[in-house]
Amino acid sequence: MTEKMLEIEDLKTYFYGDEGVVKAVDGVTITVNKGETVGVVGESGCGKSVTSLSVMRLLQDTPGEIVDGSIKFEGKSLLNLSEKEMRMIRGNDIAMIFQEPMTSLNPVYKIGKQLEEAIKLHLRYDKKKARIHAVNMLNLVGLPRANEVMNEYPHQLSGGMRQRVMIAMAMACNPKLLIADEPTTALDVTIQAQILELMQQLRNESNTSIMLITHDLGVVAEMCDRVVVMYAGEVVEESDVYTLFENPKHPYTKGLIGSVPKLGQDVEKLDSIPGNVPIPTNMPSGCKFAPRCEFAMDICWKKDPVLLETNDKHACRCWLYQDQEKALEV
Amino acid sequence: MATPLVELKNIKKYFPVKKGVLGRKNSFVKAVDDVSFAINKGETLGLVGESGCGKSTTGRLIMSLLELTEGQIYFEGNQISGLNDNQIRNTRKNFQMIFQDPYASLNPRMKIRDIINEPLIIHGFNKEERMNRVTELLEIVGLNAYHADRYPHQFSGGQRQRIGIARALAINPKLIIADEPVSALDVSIQSQILNLLKDLQKSFNLTYLFIAHDLSVVEHISDRVGVMYLGKIVEIADKKTLYKNGQHPYTKALLSAVPIPDPKLKRERIILSGDIPSPANPPSGCTFHTRCPLATDICKEKVPKLREIGEGHSVSCHLI
Ligand SMILES: Nc1ncnc2c1ncn2[C@@H]1O[C@H](COP(=O)(O)OP(=O)(O)OP(=O)(O)O)[C@@H](O)[C@H]1O
Ligand SMILES: Nc1ncnc2c1ncn2[C@@H]1O[C@H](COP(=O)(O)OP(=O)(O)O)[C@@H](O)[C@H]1O
Ligand code: SF4
Ligand code: SF4
Ligand SMILES: [Mg+2]
Ligand SMILES: [Mg+2]
Repeated sequence: MTEKMLEIEDLKTYFYGDEGVVKAVDGVTITVNKGETVGVVGESGCGKSVTSLSVMRLLQDTPGEIVDGSIKFEGKSLLNLSEKEMRMIRGNDIAMIFQEPMTSLNPVYKIGKQLEEAIKLHLRYDKKKARIHAVNMLNLVGLPRANEVMNEYPHQLSGGMRQRVMIAMAMACNPKLLIADEPTTALDVTIQAQILELMQQLRNESNTSIMLITHDLGVVAEMCDRVVVMYAGEVVEESDVYTLFENPKHPYTKGLIGSVPKLGQDVEKLDSIPGNVPIPTNMPSGCKFAPRCEFAMDICWKKDPVLLETNDKHACRCWLYQDQEKALEV
Repeated sequence: MATPLVELKNIKKYFPVKKGVLGRKNSFVKAVDDVSFAINKGETLGLVGESGCGKSTTGRLIMSLLELTEGQIYFEGNQISGLNDNQIRNTRKNFQMIFQDPYASLNPRMKIRDIINEPLIIHGFNKEERMNRVTELLEIVGLNAYHADRYPHQFSGGQRQRIGIARALAINPKLIIADEPVSALDVSIQSQILNLLKDLQKSFNLTYLFIAHDLSVVEHISDRVGVMYLGKIVEIADKKTLYKNGQHPYTKALLSAVPIPDPKLKRERIILSGDIPSPANPPSGCTFHTRCPLATDICKEKVPKLREIGEGHSVSCHLI
């Protein structure tokens, strides 16, 4: 049987602000199995980052709150842990890479010190051993001049180098789960290729499970085993990566795939999804995609479809694939 | 051959940077370093390359938002570089720019009407003409007349980019320089704007210089494409030739690095090592030699020239 690493179930994370409640994550279920890379895609503001911050329990400094659902790591609930217990899990069992490396690098400490501290804390190495391990990690992520970089500050490095340092830091304690939030979005394409290759290599060597958040369908196709598509705080489709690109079901997924120009494929006009994503404080009732959906039917405006799994492990939240008659009766 | 709409001849832009504690010893960032190309009437020339390679600076030089360090720029055969503000005012109205950041490029305190009016006032349209033109422009870019009295913050990113486009179209320019116009947008909105730009080009016979780092987007929108690296054009050709038969080692590496949204496709990838060098301290000889998998001794010493190797296809590499 496949071993489950992370199970997010019916997660609801809301923000309470002046303009009302923002249901940033509204009933999201995502499972990441051991050794698997799961992609989470969707447009800006659909709740990808909030989902990952919820898993890491990093919402304290925000007006956000987990209001419902469960998050289990290796079968144990993360939501019941004390902050102290959680701190031992972060960076040890679960590591996170952010889009902007400076959010996890401290600008006033040298790279070496930051790496050593993390290694000492989580692996309980002494100073000398920690230093050796730190240099090894920097070499492993392909940083040139690893020894010198140990004595440099984050601002002295380029964006690509900082991202490598952050990956080195994340991988230093051999985490079981890596959550990578847009790890290459800020990077140039040749540097992105380096980082993606590095992540693949690390995954193959240490069998780490990865939850990879991105808006880039190319990165998804390249990296992921399974894909979760989010729209307006909900999962709208989930399947293995081949099925998703070959046989997408949800109109939003289809629209997304048709919207991206593909290298070497010259089309005169791109598909596009009309309109804009809904305003979070003013979500449409019923299916949240209805205002932009060319297939919207009466029922779509009235009732939100559920995420329904068909027998081929392909799940979709859309009335086109569900029994509308039955739904209207209840 | 017809006169190109715009022609750049050996243009350079060196930004001075102060070095040393006393700030005396000047050195330069060679942001654009001997670039020549032409943009023909009605075509879209794409300009690709990684951040800092000089794409935006090239665009700003054409707009005369920056002063050239060296070289000449021609518009419809007439030199426009080196002229003063008065002399180029009439030419300048033929050029408009669309920017990457639809949030930063619109004044938050101005109504949409006034944002679009600005270029119309500068070029002497009267009040009634302006009124009609604003309504017409909003409709052209897919917005409505009632949007004119709103403020930028009331619009989404894609809508703001439409407003930027409406403003750029206001005085019927011939050339639009679009600097990363869709980079900040979500993919579903990106395609709306790309389709709009294509439609407008047909309707108004526009010429585009389309600057972007996304190679798939550039392929989609362009007729010809130039690849930049550290302030230089390393290869330029019509789109098909460049994407199917690009010759420069950097072009090949760039193309192979693009992740393609098709999981069945397993490609051999050229992974370049190292970082992009700083344009303040570019490598000797061929500036790509520090990362080029094919570099030989001569590459460190001699600067390769951009040479034509086929019709409209030029490459700068010692091996080609
Ligand atoms: N600190 C916060 N305070 C209030 N609302 C927030 C906060 N952080 C996120 N939100 C809201 O939660 C929703 C989801 O945001 P989230 O950051 O998860 O989006 P995302 O999918 O990661 O988008 P992107 O692709 O832009 O990173 C958005 O509507 C956002 O405005
Ligand atoms: N006003 C300026 N002063 C100093 N350096 C600049 C200025 N504008 C751009 N540069 C430098 O010139 C180089 C090219 O920049 P730019 O044209 O913006 O690149 P691109 O648009 O290709 O990303 C970069 O190294 C950049 O830092
Ligand atoms: S439920 Fe209806 S509106 Fe929603 S995606 Fe399906 S068809 Fe479109
Ligand atoms: S001139 Fe040499 S270093 Fe430059 S691209 Fe050609 S082979 Fe590579
Ligand atoms: Mg995010
Ligand atoms: Mg730029």
